[in-house]
Amino acid sequence: MTAPLSIQAGASVPAPSRPGEALVRIEALEKIYSTRDRGNIHALSDIHLDVAPGEFLTIVGPSGCGKSTLLKILAGILKKTSGQVRVANAELYGPNRDLGVVFQAPVLLPWKSVIDNVLVPAKVQKLDMGQARTRARELLEMVGLSGFQDRYPGELSGGMQQRVGICRALIHKPKFLLMDEPFGALDAMTREQMNLELMRIWKEQEATILLVTHSISEAVFLADRVVVMSPRPGRIAEIMPVDLPRPRNLEMFNTPVFGKHVGAIRRHFQSEGGID
Amino acid sequence: MAATDTAPAAVPAPSTADPVRATRWSESRALSPLLLVAMLLLWEALIHLFDVPAIVVPTPSAVAVAMWEGIASGLFWPHFLVTLWEIIAGFGIGSVVGIALGVLIGLSPLMERLVYPYVVAFQTLPKVAIAPIIVIWFGYGISSKIIITATIAFFPLLANTIVGLRSAPREQVEMLEACTANRWQIFRMIRLPQALPYIFVGLDVAVVLSVIGAIVGEFVGAKAGLGYLILQKNFSFDMAGVFAILIILSLIGVGLHLLVVAIQRRVLFWSEAHANSVTGA
Ligand SMILES: Nc1ncnc2c1ncn2[C@@H]1O[C@H](COP(=O)(O)OP(=O)(O)O)[C@@H](O)[C@H]1O
Ligand SMILES: [Mg+2]
Repeated sequence: MTAPLSIQAGASVPAPSRPGEALVRIEALEKIYSTRDRGNIHALSDIHLDVAPGEFLTIVGPSGCGKSTLLKILAGILKKTSGQVRVANAELYGPNRDLGVVFQAPVLLPWKSVIDNVLVPAKVQKLDMGQARTRARELLEMVGLSGFQDRYPGELSGGMQQRVGICRALIHKPKFLLMDEPFGALDAMTREQMNLELMRIWKEQEATILLVTHSISEAVFLADRVVVMSPRPGRIAEIMPVDLPRPRNLEMFNTPVFGKHVGAIRRHFQSEGGID
Repeated sequence: MAATDTAPAAVPAPSTADPVRATRWSESRALSPLLLVAMLLLWEALIHLFDVPAIVVPTPSAVAVAMWEGIASGLFWPHFLVTLWEIIAGFGIGSVVGIALGVLIGLSPLMERLVYPYVVAFQTLPKVAIAPIIVIWFGYGISSKIIITATIAFFPLLANTIVGLRSAPREQVEMLEACTANRWQIFRMIRLPQALPYIFVGLDVAVVLSVIGAIVGEFVGAKAGLGYLILQKNFSFDMAGVFAILIILSLIGVGLHLLVVAIQRRVLFWSEAHANSVTGA
């Protein structure tokens, strides 16, 4: 975590000129998939969302409510159907060098070793590979995989692969992180550890994070605000600010305030029949 | 008796660890050669029993003698080299052209619409039928055989390269796009490695077809080579000699196949499943 990586300015996200200004502004966003066999699928409907710079936002919702779709649109790898998405005051037109993405599946390249997988974004963006390699080792150590850097993804468990995917998303010190159920395949202990590490990185890098999870308590524990989504078509049901002080610790799971938030979110899904 | 043992006492014989499995293993290993020996003996016996003339079917022992004579006299050697060179050069040229055209078509829908119909039309032509034309155009020497072999080896690589380049999972491409990769980087870092299992299947098919290509070319008209030698032996009713050459040809095919498989094992260590690819013969 010591040697800073030089992030080359391509279309980098500049620091906001005025405080309180949104880093991401989503207005009336719609996404309709047209499929051959299932007709048109209305995945996202009338999404309005502002994300402040440095904010930690989590998204919960039943499976199929468009969480991954929303993240892919923000990552610039999926076209929206209509509406507006602005990042740092510019219309979003494609992927961004200051963006890190953790996908729902680890999506590792099986012919590359663990460390080379982590280095993929650095290689694509032609960063200094010596520095990137040092950082990759640090990241792998952070997620408890230091002994595995020369192994291949096929030799790793699902949870280990997921952690490699997380390191890959962080290798170029992105200012904006999109994470799609990043800890889904991890056991409870590792998961809590990773939550704490992620919050540390978030503070250290002054990053902005959008994280999808199917764990309501994880959503509350991490977030400044929790976005609750409802399905068919996917829309935002509620945006709930979390009144827990920072820095957060694992004891907060047992506080009444925490329980109150979890209960309020759970009530949204009782009529829908649970999430994920 | 321990004092006279040649093996150091510290190293236990591996077979003692699991004697049951050891005998089974040796049995399964010996089974296939045993079958061959049995077949050869039966073959030999049947020919003697029914008094089959040697110009129709030779005995295995006669084939063995012909093989020994062909090798010892140095008769087979120059022909073997000519045919091997035709196979390898034709296979190499056909593969390179097939992969190159496959990359072009696989990456460009325009090229596919423009070129691919003609490629398929060419593929439907039996190469045996155009072999005489190629011999007339390029002569009785080695070059016409190389060209015939190349036209046969080319298609399996073309078809497998096209399918392989399209086999890259969408998630992997999206992952690279999200890191701001351009088309060339996506090709080099994902599409090409994903195509390799398919390309190797193409190489394996093509290498066996190349043996056929070279022999067909030599049958049409040649001055040297194992195919040419087969025709000569046929004319002189030397059936044992023909069979000996056939064995050499099949050894060439098996050898080249094993070579491709060995390279494949090293390159594709990461690919656990064999790709379901196109075997366009
Ligand atoms: N590429 C696609 N083509 C067609 N439909 C899709 C595609 N991706 C997702 N969908 C559909 O869009 C809806 C939302 O999917 P997704 O964003 O993956 O939901 P979530 O991540 O919340 O589970 C689902 O009904 C899903 O079937
Ligand atoms: Mg999803």
